[in-house]
Amino acid sequence: MKSIYILPLGEIAPEILTAIKTELTNVFQVPTKILMPVANPSYAFEPKRCQYYSSKILKAISQYLPHDGLRVLGITEVDLCTPVLTFVFGEALLDGVAAVISLARLRQEFYQLPANMAILINRAVKEAIHELGHTFGLVHCNDSQCVISFSPNVLSVDHKGSNFCPLCQEILTNRIVEMIEPK
Amino acid sequence: MDRILVVDDEEIMRESLTDWLKEDGYEVLAVEDGFKALEAIQKQTFSVMLVDLKMPKMDGLEVLREVKRLGIETPVIIITAYATVDTAVAAMKEGAYDYIIKPFNPEELGLAIKKIIEHQHLKKENILLRKELSKRYQFQDIIGKSPKMQAVFELIRTVAPTKSTVLIQGESGTGKEMVARAIHEASLRKDGPFIALACGALPETLLEAELFGHEKGAFTGANFQKKGKLELADGGTLFLDEIGDISPKSQVDLLRFLQEREFRRLGGTETIKVDVRIIAATNKNLLKLVEQGKFRDDLYYRLNVITITLPPLRERKEDIPLLITHFLEKYNIETGKRIEKISEAAMNILMDYHWPGNVRELENTIEHAVVVSEGNTIMPNSLPDFLKKKEPTPIDTSKSLEEMEKQHIIQVLKEQQGNISRAAEILGINRVTLYRKMKEYDIKIEDSDK
Repeated sequence: MKSIYILPLGEIAPEILTAIKTELTNVFQVPTKILMPVANPSYAFEPKRCQYYSSKILKAISQYLPHDGLRVLGITEVDLCTPVLTFVFGEALLDGVAAVISLARLRQEFYQLPANMAILINRAVKEAIHELGHTFGLVHCNDSQCVISFSPNVLSVDHKGSNFCPLCQEILTNRIVEMIEPK
Repeated sequence: MDRILVVDDEEIMRESLTDWLKEDGYEVLAVEDGFKALEAIQKQTFSVMLVDLKMPKMDGLEVLREVKRLGIETPVIIITAYATVDTAVAAMKEGAYDYIIKPFNPEELGLAIKKIIEHQHLKKENILLRKELSKRYQFQDIIGKSPKMQAVFELIRTVAPTKSTVLIQGESGTGKEMVARAIHEASLRKDGPFIALACGALPETLLEAELFGHEKGAFTGANFQKKGKLELADGGTLFLDEIGDISPKSQVDLLRFLQEREFRRLGGTETIKVDVRIIAATNKNLLKLVEQGKFRDDLYYRLNVITITLPPLRERKEDIPLLITHFLEKYNIETGKRIEKISEAAMNILMDYHWPGNVRELENTIEHAVVVSEGNTIMPNSLPDFLKKKEPTPIDTSKSLEEMEKQHIIQVLKEQQGNISRAAEILGINRVTLYRKMKEYDIKIEDSDK
């Protein structure tokens, strides 16, 4: 059976990787495996903004998708942006094979608050599910509780749930079934 | 799905914006310059345009200006990495919906687009509601919300189920044949034929042959038997247009048919009985023709069982916007264009004109405008030239000087809502004189409400 692969970009805390692996397996109902980490994405660094272009990372990590891979999710500590947006928590191409999330702005420390691993894991799990949802063709949902609803800031990440709304869940399940068991 | 047009000369920006907007569920078209953008917006409708300010060939402000010139209402958001107060002010002055600096905060652009889209959905809902409402102002293909047209619709509904002969009076282009068809369609005869005959265009002998038909050899050139319109209309309706123009001999023939409901083909001996409802129409004052001895009074009374008088368009100007919307839809379908509205300036010109050719002339004007318009809005320059030269409303020369004075006083009083002082000032007479004239012509204040 095809699997979702998690690709750590640089050093990522094992408890974060494990939590994401468990939740992805639950939500997407496909096996999830963690790949060996690769180096920090220095190739995507944009000196003018002191940030990293997520689209460049997406292109690079697509190559790490194993033959039995359904999707690959990159996880990085660096702060991500796109040419048009000041920052992104993550990025994925609609119906693409790769997604990436950044932990930088999900950390309490980014907002001058004391570190909190539980909060970080909770946010990282939601963003991982959100971005992978895009790779299965889901677009932003108007239900603010749905995990694929648009989150322009960390407060809205905290506000939404870590599950898809019933409609998005149905679309997702159909898509995954089609991919795993093509007619 | 809502569609967004992205205009940016940098490929990386186009890609990045496209990917982000697609995640939000929008359909996106991204083009690299203003020319391609202008081409695209004339081919399809977009909910929003995101236009980069600095581009070679044509910059964002020029694109914005062209969009406005074409009368396209798509909101334009100017995006730029080189923001200055001057360019921001210029963009807003040119009519940009917003001015956003690249890179954007994800919240900022997302909300701006959402706001526009929500506004447009409301607008669409409004248009649908209006369409629903406009159905009330339509009787088959005849349009009008004015009290005069509503009264016509009511009369059509009343007379349609009866067998009565109907006389439709009205100037050329007021839609007499459409009313005749509407009566037929709303009648019990609707499954029977509707036959129309323009009597005025035919010489006396030809009209006779057309109406009653002929046998083979009835006259030179009658090489075969031919059924007339009366026979063809059996079980249905025969519409006789321009009835005021038929000759005295034809008047006698028609009268005989109306009395006996039977006729013989030219050259024939067999009497043919038909069940035909006659609807006649004229743009002439038939009663006047009767008084002048040009039209038989007995025929007039036979035809004039029920009279429907269609008002000229200049007397029901409140129907013009409704008619324009109807003709825009019709000619959009015929020409494959997407003209959605008419500018205020163009509408003012159409409302000011006196429409001597009535609805037909208005329809031809809208067809012309749809064909020559470039954007999605009819602008004054798309209207035919004769409309732009203001012509005075023609004076009705059939009225006496006294009648004209009386009508003028009533009109001025009406426009001034019965205010005597203001009306007297406009008429250039004092209040006492105005009162005297009102008494003389038996004008009451309530007349000005009619």
